[in-house]
Amino acid sequence: MSELALPKVDQSIILNKDKIVSKLKRIIKLENVLDHNDEIKPYETDALSAYKQKPLAVVLPENTQEVSKILKYCNEEKIKIIPRGAGTGLSGGALPLQDAILLSLGKFNKILEIDFDNKCVVAQPGVTNLSITHAVQHKGFYYAPDPSSQLACSIGGNVAENSGGIHSLKYGTTTNNILGTELVLMDGTICRLGGKTLDQEGYDLLGLICGSEGLLGVITEVTVKILKKPQTVRAVLIGFPTIEDGGNCVSEIISSGIVPSGMEIMDKALIEATDNFCKAGYPRDAEALMIVELDGTNSEVDELINKVSDIAKKNNSTSIRISKNEKERLAFWAGRKAAFPACGAMAPDYYCMDGTIPRGKLSEVLKEIKRLSKKYNLPVANAFHAGDGNLHPLIMFDANNKEELRKTEEFGAEILKYCVKAGGVLTGEHGVGIEKRELMCEMFNDNDIQQQLKIKKSLDTKNLLNPGKVYPILRKCAEEGRVHVHRGEEKFPDLPRF
Amino acid sequence: MSIEVRKNSQISQDSDYILRPDNEEKVSQIIKDLYKKNLPTEIIGSNSKSFIGNKLQCAKILDLSKLSGIVEYLPEELYIKVKACTPIANIEEVLKKNNQQLSFEPIDFGYISSSKSNKGTAAGCLSCNFSGSRRFKSGSVRDHVLGFRGVNGKGDTIKSGGTVVKNVTGYDLSKLITGSFGTLIALTEITFKVLPTKDSSSTLVIHEDSKEEIAKLFNNIQSSSNEISGSVFVPIEPNNKKYIQNREKIFSFNDLKNEGPFLAVRMEGSKKSIDERIRDLTIELNLKNKKKSLLDVHQSLLFWERINNLEIFSNTQNSLVRIVIPPFKCIDLMKYLNRDYKYYIDWCGSLFWIEIPDMNEEKLLNIKDYIIRLGGYLTVIKNSTPLNDIFTINETRLHISKKIKESFDPKGIFNPGKMYRSV
Repeated sequence: MSELALPKVDQSIILNKDKIVSKLKRIIKLENVLDHNDEIKPYETDALSAYKQKPLAVVLPENTQEVSKILKYCNEEKIKIIPRGAGTGLSGGALPLQDAILLSLGKFNKILEIDFDNKCVVAQPGVTNLSITHAVQHKGFYYAPDPSSQLACSIGGNVAENSGGIHSLKYGTTTNNILGTELVLMDGTICRLGGKTLDQEGYDLLGLICGSEGLLGVITEVTVKILKKPQTVRAVLIGFPTIEDGGNCVSEIISSGIVPSGMEIMDKALIEATDNFCKAGYPRDAEALMIVELDGTNSEVDELINKVSDIAKKNNSTSIRISKNEKERLAFWAGRKAAFPACGAMAPDYYCMDGTIPRGKLSEVLKEIKRLSKKYNLPVANAFHAGDGNLHPLIMFDANNKEELRKTEEFGAEILKYCVKAGGVLTGEHGVGIEKRELMCEMFNDNDIQQQLKIKKSLDTKNLLNPGKVYPILRKCAEEGRVHVHRGEEKFPDLPRF
Repeated sequence: MSIEVRKNSQISQDSDYILRPDNEEKVSQIIKDLYKKNLPTEIIGSNSKSFIGNKLQCAKILDLSKLSGIVEYLPEELYIKVKACTPIANIEEVLKKNNQQLSFEPIDFGYISSSKSNKGTAAGCLSCNFSGSRRFKSGSVRDHVLGFRGVNGKGDTIKSGGTVVKNVTGYDLSKLITGSFGTLIALTEITFKVLPTKDSSSTLVIHEDSKEEIAKLFNNIQSSSNEISGSVFVPIEPNNKKYIQNREKIFSFNDLKNEGPFLAVRMEGSKKSIDERIRDLTIELNLKNKKKSLLDVHQSLLFWERINNLEIFSNTQNSLVRIVIPPFKCIDLMKYLNRDYKYYIDWCGSLFWIEIPDMNEEKLLNIKDYIIRLGGYLTVIKNSTPLNDIFTINETRLHISKKIKESFDPKGIFNPGKMYRSV
């Protein structure tokens, strides 16, 4: 990987490590401060495992007051803080710094209240996304955002990254599904934003915090909205002879007034990779494969499936399969959900990109990716959350070959730049973190970035909270890392990524 | 003094009192000058909602109404990009041709201020973040703003967001400026997410008076998987001369069989699906023995339009407040209001619009204290008498809001004190 620029190390902090650690041990329980090499090693990286850095120490506070005291002390002593949820983030947002205290929310792992009357759940930030649904599903409710890592990722991390998922086209991302948070600012101020009501009055600070990648405050409690499960969920698996046909079908489905709960496209390379990997039974002759999921009442879903099938036929579909039961629906998804590991099995390494593009530009962008694939002589497979335009190209390469690694990085950066050129954005759901930091100026000019930095400064005057993330350090559009997986040594190899 | 009167009275004194730029560059130049001269400025669009918020006394008026027109509309991409002060009515008209809509149902404040429709501009709609009946299902204005361009208090042109829904590139400033009442930025361009309009709609009206039963119905409707897209309760008006009795006239529909209080439930979708859901809901809510009416698509559309036009409060001279509470607390607030106030409940129990005669500081404080205890917030929309603290905020959030304000508008020249006296 390229050398990563990080904020200047404050040597006085390193020199004062013993004093700082002993002070932290007086603020919180002794056993909740980790400072030995072996203890802090698990925290040296998140799921962007290409970058590793041990922090000065790790603290595991148990309550909001402790978080507040730690932040207040660190603010006074000018010590940097890196907040961390489950560490499943793909953009390096929780990468430590050697002169920083890593603050893990791992002990904030309880669901505090299940309020069916007000259709919400109050949870500590370390609670996993999926366990919220598990806590309410006996009454037919669920929490809508479903990032692929939902088994392990924490709800606090979801708020920090504004996580999405397969169903965000219909149900929105985290920001559309939370009602409130408790937050601690860098100076130790504890603040409640929102509550159990819809919307807030005044500045939408909840909206600002959501997706702020741990730069503005440490989230210590989250109130999420829960929804009643739809009566029926069914999926349609459609093969197309060209990627253009698939792209046109997406546009026509949307134009016809249908909002599917999920709509995914895979290109030929990925159809073959996933079918080899997990025998998904996908039509291997297709150049593009689409999964459309529809939910709602029984008759509505039936009607929509007919409409979608008609549109698919009009767009030259070569095969259409409709799920007859839940087992079959899940089987349709099995291959798509195995996309990342399937690529991992095909090459020693792969890079996963995360751009969003206007849906109608799909074939244009995929053509460009194909061209670049030839230019760099590197294979690429494409998974696409077609409903909301979120594209995940997976570039396959061998990191032991330095020249290939360099080419891959260039290839990745060119893809993201093209996404922006096509009217899209750098990141749809993985966050900027350290990964796309230097590409921010592809999307924003100096005024735009300065305004965002002013907001940061207004809440964190000394720039101590998660510094070096999101905003360019080099102040030029460098071409840096993507999600890099070497020989399947992914940080969370068991987590599905799609 | 109304803005119109002020405009006229000041023009003779200061020909530059009202500044009317017609493009973003001019907005930026003007604000750079205002910043340099430290001149407090009121930002206006079409004035449809200028009565909301604290009264302002500013050196200048920045009238952005010339920034009007559709920049780009791509129905298949589900977005529309407009110049900031494009009338909402124009946007809705264009969307309608493609069977699309602003799903948050913009509120029409025209009826309470001038007895006729005036939905104002895109920027005004965004700045207030007041959403209609579909909010509890589809989200509010803030959930439908994909991106914007605007000029901050120093005169710098900035942008945030984009045209795509899934976007986590940088802070989500679209959310932050939505509901900021023009105190952070002079908007020049807005991109809204748009959604398809459903084929048909029907409204099931349940004639019910018991507060406990209403609260129970709201709760069960929220737990239903029948995709309800609107649910309101309209009680009868207090028998009191302080209120204009217009409920009966406004909700006079051929198929609305009973004149008493009612709870209405909207379903949207295909005709077949609606019929199925009505049958299902009747069983689910145990409505077999209740008096009911069913409004067909034409009556249903008109019914919800009148709800979201606040027509029930047309021509009122009383104060009007908007209260949002956790939905299950609606029973408490209904009991608190008793039959003394004219009100209706939207968002399936969460949103109360209440008309209050003889408003004064003490009355407002009492109600606000109670609402805060319920975990909600209150905004005075229209006040018959000058009032302090017409928004709800606590010390910590005020402290943070001041910092945010400074980061956009360091000299505090945009709509100073519009929301909170010190912001």
